[in-house]
Amino acid sequence: MDFRFDIVVEYAPFFLKGVLWTIGLSLVGIVFGTMLGLVIGLGKMVQNRFIRLPFDWYVHFFRGTPLFVQILLIHFGVMPMFTAQPNPLVSGAISLSLNAAAYIAEIFRAGIQSIDRGQMEAARSLGMTHVQAMRYIILPQAIKRMIPPLGNEFIVLIKDSSLAAIIAAPELMYWGRAMQGQYYRVWEPYLTVALIYLILTLSLSKLLHRLERRYDA
Amino acid sequence: MIQVTNLKKSYGSLHVLKGIDVHIREKEVVVVIGPSGSGKSTFLRCLNMLEDFDEGDIIVDGFHLKDPKTDLNKVREEVGMVFQRFNLFPHMTVLDNITLAPMKVRKWPKEKATEKALQLLAKVGLQDKANVYSDSLSGGQAQRVAIARALAMEPKVMLFDEPTSALDPEMVGEVLAVMKQLAKEGMTMVVVTHEMGFAREVGDRVLFMDGGVIVEEGTPQQIFDAPQHERTKSFLSKVL
Repeated sequence: MDFRFDIVVEYAPFFLKGVLWTIGLSLVGIVFGTMLGLVIGLGKMVQNRFIRLPFDWYVHFFRGTPLFVQILLIHFGVMPMFTAQPNPLVSGAISLSLNAAAYIAEIFRAGIQSIDRGQMEAARSLGMTHVQAMRYIILPQAIKRMIPPLGNEFIVLIKDSSLAAIIAAPELMYWGRAMQGQYYRVWEPYLTVALIYLILTLSLSKLLHRLERRYDA
Repeated sequence: MIQVTNLKKSYGSLHVLKGIDVHIREKEVVVVIGPSGSGKSTFLRCLNMLEDFDEGDIIVDGFHLKDPKTDLNKVREEVGMVFQRFNLFPHMTVLDNITLAPMKVRKWPKEKATEKALQLLAKVGLQDKANVYSDSLSGGQAQRVAIARALAMEPKVMLFDEPTSALDPEMVGEVLAVMKQLAKEGMTMVVVTHEMGFAREVGDRVLFMDGGVIVEEGTPQQIFDAPQHERTKSFLSKVL
């Protein structure tokens, strides 16, 4: 098998641009997905089932349908309602955030509910308000338990951002496909892209591992 | 101090409390005994509204617990509670466990809270454990820290929910000793326990509960030496 490094080198500037967008998309997804996920996770824990219902269905929908379909729906269906020329990067970022929020909501809910009921009772018996008990007692313990599954979700998010290539968002996978289209080569574009994704996810998992260890100490 | 009138509670069709009336005076040590499932823990947990109730009234330190105008957090500041399973905060040191509520709820400055905490740790014999985490404590030590944590709020009443039931037998004594000391100092206490020796020695009054009602109450001598009811007699014959 001859591997044409020359075309990889030729595409290097595009891959670089693409990887920056991939990182950007993932970061937006992580930040907004986490914030929205927290809100939805808390919403899912409300006692009143009518208030809880929309949060439940949010998670059902975004977890129960493919991200691929969601991206197409948002880019070609939802975004044109607001703007004549939807930006694929914006559509991609929104889709990723909304999708990740559903998973992250469940991680938050599970993390909080995994803390022994006695912790909340002890805090309340000392006169703390519900908010104080959450802030000082429940969340610090829950967050520690949330780090591994959150890390998992963030890694999934990086990989899933490649789906934005389908709406021509110029992230990493988009340039891989462009290169494939230009040279009709398979190994060079896809192996290069795979390698770059691997570097991104390994770096993140290393980072998270460190964070986990710091929380343990 | 605590006035309970016709307290009723049920979980669905299961009636746990079927009308409890009791008045707990200041500085009194009331010990609640009875078989498991008799409703004694539920009764205790109603006294600070960790458990809501369906009917009746509880007045604690002048506050009607069911009155929507009552700030339950304020009531709980005055009612300390010790749990069967300690419920120490595992992500904090022993010292932080004790100072947290005085600082966040009572708004004490850190120095004052720390001083109080160290004083209480000395009282329960654990001054050298201030900076360790709770998972390195034995059960008896953890429960003594939990008592110190509740006392740090300077409550007017202390509730004990089977405080020695989760302990290895050799550690029961150290916890009971702290509780005895507290009783001697004049703390108002309501204690749910299976420690009949403690009930007899420290209790001013013993309530025997069974089937969601107070079957019999009286001084420890009356209850232990001359029980009137069949159910009290049969319970005591099994545990003594």
